[in-house]
Amino acid sequence: MTAAYNLARWLVHNEADAEDIVQEAYLRAFKFFSGYYGGDTRAWLLTIVRNTSYTWLQKNRALRLADPIEDKLDEVGLDFADPEILLLQSVDSQIVRHALQELPVEFREVVVLREMEGLSYREIANIVDIPIGTVMSRLKRGRKRLHALLANRMGKEASIELPGNTRIDSRLSRR
Amino acid sequence: MSCQETRELIHGYLDGELDLVKSMEIEEHLKDCHVCTQTSKGIRSLRSAIGDTALRFEPPANLERRLRSALHRESEPGPKRMILRWRWIAAGMSLVAAVFVIWAVAGIFGRQSTGDLVAQEIVSSHVRSLMADHLTDVPSSDQHTVKPWFNGKLDFSPPVKDLSQQGFSLNGGRLDYIGNRPVAALVYQRRQHSINLFVWPSTEVPSVNEKASVHQGYNLIRWTNAGMTYWVVSDLNLAELQQFVQLLQEQSQARLS
Repeated sequence: MTAAYNLARWLVHNEADAEDIVQEAYLRAFKFFSGYYGGDTRAWLLTIVRNTSYTWLQKNRALRLADPIEDKLDEVGLDFADPEILLLQSVDSQIVRHALQELPVEFREVVVLREMEGLSYREIANIVDIPIGTVMSRLKRGRKRLHALLANRMGKEASIELPGNTRIDSRLSRR
Repeated sequence: MSCQETRELIHGYLDGELDLVKSMEIEEHLKDCHVCTQTSKGIRSLRSAIGDTALRFEPPANLERRLRSALHRESEPGPKRMILRWRWIAAGMSLVAAVFVIWAVAGIFGRQSTGDLVAQEIVSSHVRSLMADHLTDVPSSDQHTVKPWFNGKLDFSPPVKDLSQQGFSLNGGRLDYIGNRPVAALVYQRRQHSINLFVWPSTEVPSVNEKASVHQGYNLIRWTNAGMTYWVVSDLNLAELQQFVQLLQEQSQARLS
């Protein structure tokens, strides 16, 4: 149930709605147990949670998918090799949380399922109903965007706190 | 592997989703390429930042109770649900009846098909022995050579009869495997026709009456005698094959008396 709630909460950004979605998903799972064709019950339940969340997002016009124009930006922009990313080791989990919430939902869901629930590409592919190759490319783009968002946030924060290059040193020494 | 390819596959590599060959290629590349190594480190630190348990949303304490009561309400037999439930019980009972009928029918036919299965194996073995030119492990027309040859190879001693005077010459014997057990195969010859006689200890009810059948154009006769099951297969005509069986049975009778 923790995985179900975590996924719903990450998809709809709202505690009360996440609870409703988990409840609805459990009831659906109970009613349509005949639709369960064996395999991992957790993955099956997560599929229902995911679909229920999407229905909710559509109903509330909150479904914000990635802008196709932005896709091109994924190919350029900051690379992981940027030294900035090494700062992540000391990054506040609150900043990561905000950055992840900003991520378009189709990237957010694969990142949450992979990094928090530790699901395999195949399991994610089944839940989200996309090919395995797409799982990898979405993870890649999601991580890249996250990295850019984090670098951006940390840059902003740092510019308020500290000027120039001293920022890096101070952050490293804080750890 | 090039930097371009590595950048494509590095996420799969770090997630442990690549096959061994690709993983090793990436490892090779990372050894030499500083930029890709930095990328890999960057992704790793990002992953550990997201994987931080502090980022997980824990369900509120009352959610589990809420789910329980919701599920309970759902399974409560209200008046409308009662009808539904009866329908389910009726469906369930007819299913049980159907399964029983299938089981009973399958039981009747199943017993037949075991014999069919063995017959199929016998024919296959016969055909294989002719095709592979592997009729005999011990080529001998002397029953006193063939019979001892099976010692230590089988957990039973097959009766070996010489019928050359009656026109069925013994060509030898070989080990075979039928119905999940090693069996003795004795090879006889009538003119140009090879006859395979399979023998193994019987697990069936003894029946001296032989049963004849035809599979893929081959004649088969089976019978049991003195605790042994016999199957004989050949392209020889049925009348002569029956004569062969008769002779075998007479020989073992003669030995008993």
